[in-house]
Amino acid sequence: MAKDVIKLSGKRKSAFKDMVMGLLPDGGNLNACLTCGACCSGCPATGFDGMDPRKFLRMAALGMDDAIKESRWPWFCTMCTRCVHVCPMEINIPQLVFNARKLTPRDKVPKGILGSCDMALSKPTNSAMGCSQEDFEFVVGDILDEIKEEYPIWEERNLVAPIDKKGAEFFINQNSREPMIEPEEMGPLWKILNLAGVDWTYGSVGWAAENYCMFMADDDGWKELTQRSAEKCDELGCKTFLNTE
Amino acid sequence: MYNLYARWIREGRLKPDSSWNNDLKIKFTVQDPCQIVRKTFGDPAAEDMRLVVKACVGEENFIDMAPNRSNNFCCGGGGGFLQSGFKEERLLYGRTKDEQIQATKAHYCVTGCHNCHAQIHELGEHFGGGYHAVHAWTILGLALGILGESERVHLGEDLQEVNLPESSG
Repeated sequence: MAKDVIKLSGKRKSAFKDMVMGLLPDGGNLNACLTCGACCSGCPATGFDGMDPRKFLRMAALGMDDAIKESRWPWFCTMCTRCVHVCPMEINIPQLVFNARKLTPRDKVPKGILGSCDMALSKPTNSAMGCSQEDFEFVVGDILDEIKEEYPIWEERNLVAPIDKKGAEFFINQNSREPMIEPEEMGPLWKILNLAGVDWTYGSVGWAAENYCMFMADDDGWKELTQRSAEKCDELGCKTFLNTE
Repeated sequence: MYNLYARWIREGRLKPDSSWNNDLKIKFTVQDPCQIVRKTFGDPAAEDMRLVVKACVGEENFIDMAPNRSNNFCCGGGGGFLQSGFKEERLLYGRTKDEQIQATKAHYCVTGCHNCHAQIHELGEHFGGGYHAVHAWTILGLALGILGESERVHLGEDLQEVNLPESSG
């Protein structure tokens, strides 16, 4: 038995759930829960802070908007969508979670996520780790030279790692972790692309692959970062935007 | 990206050779990234990833986790969890994934996503499973015979010397 009895007032008020339903096709089926619990039994975040996906949805349905706003659980859910995958009614709980993150006041957003989003927005490179374009170009050139020096075959095979090559087929992004922490991890990808005969380029703007504004549910920031990359890709005339993952 | 790796292998543009593992028989599993498999491309992307890994390590040296593909568990590195500061909860979340990986008895888990890579690397150390998290490009590079000495940071001792290309030094 639950410790506290939830008392409902006569008037139904679920402003949060209704707002999210308005955003989703078929309202994300948020009113269709059979309370079967398949979502919870297959969710690694079940039980954290006494919460689980079904409970979160039921709280929204009951209009417990204040409790949802206070909950840390939306930051423990990774929005992996396994709950939707197993749900007989395909209820979009992750979208409920995404929008619950939006309810978090800026000063209550986990600092690491906020910092990563702000840092990316402050750099034309989109790097959440603050990698500047100068540093990126230096590291890429440095690693390319090292590879060719140690393995001369790559000089013969003309290994390249172009930045802003106009008309390349692929515009490829790169997680900041490589240039910043493990630069030698970039080499294998360049070599694979070389062997496959692929025409590709990095961009001087928007090359960083991570997007923490998206995780923060900051739609404007998410859009800004994505737009920078997409516009650079278009400007270079690249046919395909390719994520390294 | 590994949709393309798979296509290039099918087209003969990349020719990975798994014979380096014929005698070593080092076991590999793959983490199906939620974003790429369940949320975006579905099971065909998971099949592509398996095609690439099997071509690189040998079919008999690949072991799937259970459950897998679109039904796979999230590792706990996604959705910003890695930067959220909730380390205790993140590792607890990852316990599910750790148990899945340990049950395969694989030495390596190929992770096609940076969040998965960071999280599974940490899970292997934290829970003492002893497995390694590796990028797809590392395994592909190894099987293509192009993986240099300095590009083996995420490989264990057992693979530091295997299939090394000829260097100038």
